[in-house]
Amino acid sequence: MLVKTADVVVIGGGIQGCAVAYNLAKMGCKDVVLLEKDTIASGSTGRCAAGIRAQWGTEMNCRLGIASIEIFENLSEELGADIGLHQGGYLMIAYKESEFEQLKKNVKLQNSLGIKSKVISAQEAKEICPLLNTEGAVGFTFHQRDGHADPLLTTFAYAEAASRLGVKIYDFTEVIGIDLEGDRIKGVRTNRGYISTRVVVNCAGPYAKRIGEFVGVDLPIYPERHEILVTEPIERVSHPMLMSFSGNFYIQQRPHGSFIMGYGPKEHEKTHAVNSTWMFLEEMARKFVKLLPALKELRVVRQWAGSYEMSPDAQPILGEVDEVEGFYVSAGFSGHGFMFGPITGKLMAELILTGETSIPIQMLNYRRFERHELIREPAVV
Amino acid sequence: MADEKDIVICRCEDVTLSKIRELIEKGYTTPDEIKRITRAGMGPCQGRTCRDLIIREIARITGKKIEEIPMTTFRPPIRPIKLGVLAESEDDE
Repeated sequence: MLVKTADVVVIGGGIQGCAVAYNLAKMGCKDVVLLEKDTIASGSTGRCAAGIRAQWGTEMNCRLGIASIEIFENLSEELGADIGLHQGGYLMIAYKESEFEQLKKNVKLQNSLGIKSKVISAQEAKEICPLLNTEGAVGFTFHQRDGHADPLLTTFAYAEAASRLGVKIYDFTEVIGIDLEGDRIKGVRTNRGYISTRVVVNCAGPYAKRIGEFVGVDLPIYPERHEILVTEPIERVSHPMLMSFSGNFYIQQRPHGSFIMGYGPKEHEKTHAVNSTWMFLEEMARKFVKLLPALKELRVVRQWAGSYEMSPDAQPILGEVDEVEGFYVSAGFSGHGFMFGPITGKLMAELILTGETSIPIQMLNYRRFERHELIREPAVV
Repeated sequence: MADEKDIVICRCEDVTLSKIRELIEKGYTTPDEIKRITRAGMGPCQGRTCRDLIIREIARITGKKIEEIPMTTFRPPIRPIKLGVLAESEDDE
């Protein structure tokens, strides 16, 4: 049986929802409910590539990225569970001069914000990743504090810590409507009953648009299918996440020993479908073998797909929706929701409980789209 | 009878029966959640042995019928394949 009332209802049991719910409870909000239509981490979070980084191309994403890494660095201790952190750095590889120029510009921006990323030589890149074939590359950047956290362990750690603080988590509970009283949130209708509340936080990822429609708000968030694969585990031979925008790949060895990798789809299919393709398997294998030829005997054990929850400028939509009092959004992360979860979960809780945030996020309000104030993030695979 | 701490349910990822039972009793009653937390079924054999054993344990502890328990998704490839072999395959497009 669901509770009948709540101070805050959080919709979505991915990293955003679990981090928002945990931070609300941590800040003293005693009556928080989290609703998940399937199980914890069953959507985009649980399907993601486990990367965390501060090497971004917009000031906002740099600020969010480094603040999130700072939380990740102490998160196992804070939540009382292992989160699979490994800070082997992100090694960015440019294959075009124009791309290298952009990476250098990004490093300058990052450095100005206290992120200690740097431009490095091919020789230094080989020292960081001895198995790397640098052929064709024109430049590299590196940031040691970037790396890996386990999205499953992290999300369950947040959910369990939230539960210990009194958050009620209901799985297999789908929101089917939201009732308003004038311009104010009145309650949430679910397939398992009704909850009266004044505050709703939309953390529904690729389904955030549908949740917005329940209150008459048009959120420009759409799902995009991305594929990924993982290999059998081997001893540690490579530390950094290898990433290239023109090469269109990311590849990282996990603490567990397996390699996880993917690339962006050519046809950006706007679909909730999460099927896998043979084409991805072959193309990904070609990219991998070219980059790390010594590892060509490594076997693929599993491939899958998940949804990026895209926004028009590849930056998240955060904050309150002004025409509906009590309706908050934390979605549209465009493929980097997991790594931003620890900081955005904290910022959203601050906003809901105090009206202010420790990092200004007004520019991420969804109204930016009608004002045409888009700053496109250039650093996305 | 052997101690459940010594009985390995998922041989690829070294997950014991006692760990599985502990999670089910904590309220993780779907194979997907147990997979996500323990990695049971994520190794090279992709759950060929442990999948059914875990479902049976969930059914036994929760009192649910086996057919009421949602299966984990079977994901390709069926058998592990070398990346080098995949990279050399002819592109039909």
